[in-house]
Amino acid sequence: MKLVDWIEIGRMDELGRMDTPVHRLDARAKIVVTVAFIVLVMSFSRYALSALTPFLLYPVALIAMGHIPARHILTKILVAAPFALVIGIFNPFMDRHPVAIMGPFVVTGGWLSFASIMLRFVLTVGAALALVACTGMYRLGAGLEQLGVPRMFVTQLLFLYRYLFVVANEGLTMLRGVELRSNGIRSLRFRVYGSLIGHLLLRSMDRSERVYRAMVARGFDGEIHVLRRASFCWSDWAFVCGCLAFFVAARTWNLAHGLGLLLTGSVR
Amino acid sequence: MSHHIVEVRDLFFAYPDGTEALKGISFRIEHGVAVALVGANGAGKSTLLLHLNGYLPTTRGEVRIGDSALTRETAPMVRRAVGMVFQDPDDQLFMPTVAEDVAFGPLNAGLPADQVEDRVAMALERVGMTHVRERPPYRLSAGEKRAVAIATVLAMTPDILVMDEPSSNLDPRNRRRLIELLRSFAHTRIIATHDLELVVEVCSHVIVMDGGAIVAQGPTRAILDDEELMLAHGLERPHSLRHHHPHPPSA
Amino acid sequence: MIGVTNFNIVTSFLARFQRKRESEIMHMVDALISPVVGGTLWCVSGGLIAFCARKVKHTLRDNLVPMMGVLGAFIFAAQMINFAIPGTGSSGHLGGGLILAILLGPYAAFLVISSVLTMQAFFFMDGGLLALGCNIFNLGFFPAFIAYPLIYRVIARDQHGTSRALVAALVAAVAGLLLGALSVVLETRFSGISELPFNTFVLMMVPIHLAIGVVEGLATAAVIAFVARARPEALQTTPSAATSASRRPVMIGLAIAAVVMGSVMSWFASTHPDGLEWSIAKVAGKDEVSGAMGSVHRNLAELQKKTAFLPGYGFKAATSESAPVDHTSTPEPEPWPAVKAGTSVAGIAGGCMTLLLVCLAGFALRASSTQRAQTHI
Repeated sequence: MKLVDWIEIGRMDELGRMDTPVHRLDARAKIVVTVAFIVLVMSFSRYALSALTPFLLYPVALIAMGHIPARHILTKILVAAPFALVIGIFNPFMDRHPVAIMGPFVVTGGWLSFASIMLRFVLTVGAALALVACTGMYRLGAGLEQLGVPRMFVTQLLFLYRYLFVVANEGLTMLRGVELRSNGIRSLRFRVYGSLIGHLLLRSMDRSERVYRAMVARGFDGEIHVLRRASFCWSDWAFVCGCLAFFVAARTWNLAHGLGLLLTGSVR
Repeated sequence: MSHHIVEVRDLFFAYPDGTEALKGISFRIEHGVAVALVGANGAGKSTLLLHLNGYLPTTRGEVRIGDSALTRETAPMVRRAVGMVFQDPDDQLFMPTVAEDVAFGPLNAGLPADQVEDRVAMALERVGMTHVRERPPYRLSAGEKRAVAIATVLAMTPDILVMDEPSSNLDPRNRRRLIELLRSFAHTRIIATHDLELVVEVCSHVIVMDGGAIVAQGPTRAILDDEELMLAHGLERPHSLRHHHPHPPSA
Repeated sequence: MIGVTNFNIVTSFLARFQRKRESEIMHMVDALISPVVGGTLWCVSGGLIAFCARKVKHTLRDNLVPMMGVLGAFIFAAQMINFAIPGTGSSGHLGGGLILAILLGPYAAFLVISSVLTMQAFFFMDGGLLALGCNIFNLGFFPAFIAYPLIYRVIARDQHGTSRALVAALVAAVAGLLLGALSVVLETRFSGISELPFNTFVLMMVPIHLAIGVVEGLATAAVIAFVARARPEALQTTPSAATSASRRPVMIGLAIAAVVMGSVMSWFASTHPDGLEWSIAKVAGKDEVSGAMGSVHRNLAELQKKTAFLPGYGFKAATSESAPVDHTSTPEPEPWPAVKAGTSVAGIAGGCMTLLLVCLAGFALRASSTQRAQTHI
C-alpha cells in the first residue's frame, strides 16, 4: 500500500486548514477564479508560449500568500508530469515546420507546441493545487454546494473524505498482518487478495451500517442539513474582479511580449 | 423533564438468519436511575439497546418509553427522548467539524439556527470540549472523541441516555473523567459495559444477561457481590467490592 | 483509476512512464483537452451527476448515504493494494467501477465513482480539473450504465461467485474499459492539441485496456465471489426496481455507442474510399468508378464526410504536414488490420449500426409498453 499517498492527503488537508487571508476568501470566489483561469489558459492557440507566462503569477501569488511550501506543490507537479510528457512528446516528431532560428538551432513548430503543452500543464495543475491547498476539502465542498452542485454529491465527497483514512488504516493493518506471515513476498497472491479485499469490503459495509445507525439515532431523515453558509464580502468581490481582469488582459494582449519590447526598447 | 420510565415487556427478537438474540426480556427503569447492563459477549446486550430507540423494530413484545409504546410512527419522537451513544466514536462523528457533528441532531429536529447554536455550546460545555469545536473529528484523541460523541447526543436534550461500552479504549485519566461525567448526569442512564468497576461507581442497579435472557436484576452491590452468580454467567466479582478500597479522589 | 500492469507493451514511452509511477492512463490531463471538448463533457457529466443524485434521493434506502461514502473510501483504499498476476511478474489492482455497480446499482455507483475521481483530481492531480468531466464520463458512465446492466447482469443473472459470474465480469470489465478508452481517444482527437496520430493512439490504447480489463474482471469476480460466500444478503441489496428504471440510461448508452461506432466506422470507410472503388473495379474490370455508381459513391462520400468530421477538427494521417503532397505516390499503408476489404468494412459497419439501432428500438418499445402497462394497473 502506498503510505506516501496517504501522507500526501494528510498534508494537503493540514495545509487546507490553515488560516491566512487567502484561506479566508470565500471558497466560491476561488473556485470561480480557478475555473476561469483553466479555461482561459486552455483557450490559447497551439503555439502560444510567451503569452502564457504572465499566468504563472496567479498560482505563485496564491501559494505565496497562502503560506504553502512551494516545494510541496512542485513535487506534486513533477510526479504528475510524465503523462503530459508522454502524450506531448509526439508533437516534435509530427510537426516539423521550422518556426524560428536561434543560433545554430532550428526550432520547429512541434517543439513549440510541446513546450506549450508542458507550460499549460504546469499552469493548470498549479492552479488546481493552489485551490485545494488554500481552501481545504470541507470549505471547498461547502462552496461547491452553494454554487449549485447537488447536495447529495457534496455529501458523498465529504463522507468519502471523512472515512478515507479510517478505511485505509484498516486496509493497511490487514495488509501488514498478511505481510508479517508471508515470508517476504511483495505482492499478494490472487486468492489472498480476493479474501483481503473482500474482508475490507465487508468491514466497510459494516461500518457504513453503524454510521447509519448513529445517524438514525440522531434523527436523520435522508437529508443533511447545513449549519452555516458563507457569504461574500467586499474582499471576495475584489479578489474575483481583480483576477478576472488580469486574466482577460493577459489573454487579450501578450503581456510578456510587451514587457520584452519595453526592455529591449529601453536598452536600444 | 417529564418522568420518562423505560419499560420492556416480554421482548423477543430473532435475526434474519434465525439466531434468537432476545428471549423474553422484561424490566422497568424509573426516572433518573443509572442502570448497568452486563453480560458475557453475545449475551444480547447490544441487540436490546438497539430496541430502545426503535432502530430494531419490536416484532414480539413491547417497549414503552414514557407514556408511549415504541412503534414505527412514534420512533422519531422517541429518538429525541432517548439519546444513544455507540461503542466506536468514529462511527458517530462523521461531519466536517465537531460543531457540525454536535449540531446534527438539533438540526434534524428542525430547530432554528440560533437555538441550534445554543444547544451546541451547551453540550460542548457540559462535556468540557468547547475548545475543539472547530476541529475535524479525526483530529481528536480517543478521549476527546468519546466526550464529543456524548455531546452530540446531549445536544438533543434527551431524558434517557443509552450507552454501549462507554469506557472502552480510554486511558485511566479519560476514563476517570468519563465516570465523573456520568455520575453528574441527572438523566436516566442505561449503560451496557464490561467495565464492572465503572458499574460499581456509577450505577445503582444492574441487569445481568446471558444467552438472550435476563438472569438477574437488582441493586448493584447485591448482584455483583454474588460471586457464584457472576462466575456462572461469564463475569467476575469486581475488585472494588472484594477489598473495599476507598474510592480515589476526583481529579 | 484503472491500474496498469507493468508488463512490456508496444510503446517504450509508455513502459518507461509506467515504471515511474503506477499510472492511470485513462486519466486525462488538462493540457490535452480543449475548452470546448472539456466543457461539453463537463456538462454531460454534470448532468449525469444531477440525474443520479435525484434518482438516489428518491429511493427508499436512505442508508445509501453513509454506504456510498464508506464504499467510496473503500475503493480508494482498494486501488492501492496490488496483487501479483501469475506468469507475468507484474501486478494489478481493482478499478472498482463494476463492483460498485453490482453492490449499489447504476445510479449510486456512478455517484461514487465520480466522487472518487473528483477526490483523486483534487489530491493527486490525476488528470486536472478541466478534464475531470471527461474522466467522470469515461470511467464512470461505461461501467455503471453499460458494462453492468447490459453485460454483467445479463450474463451472470444473480449467480454471483460461479464461473458464469467470472465470465460475466471479464466481458463486462473489458467492454467497459474499451469503450472508455475509445472515448479518451476521441476526446483527445477532437481537442486537436496533441499531434498523436489516431492510429498510433488507438493501437496503444486497445491492447493495454484489453489487458487491464481482464485484470479488472478477475479482481472483481474474486471479490464478489468472496462476498457471495461470506455474506450473500449484501448482494441482494440491488433493488429490482433498477431493472425497469435503468432502461433510460441504457438506451442513452446504446445511442451513444451507436453514434460512436457510427462515426468510427464511417471514418474507416471514408478514409478508404479506394477500398470500395477497388472492389468495384475488380468486379467491373475498370479502374475508375463511373456513371451512376460513381455519383452514388461520391454522394455517399460527401455524406460520410459531413457526418464523420467536426468542422475545424480533423484526423491527422500518419504522414507529416510538411512533407510535399504527392498525389501520384500510393498513400502510406495504415497499420490497421481489416482495412483492405472495402465492401466488407462497409458491410460490417452497416451491420453493427443496424444491430445497435434495432436494440435501441427494442428497448424503446419495451419501455413505452411497460409504461403503458403500469398506468393501467
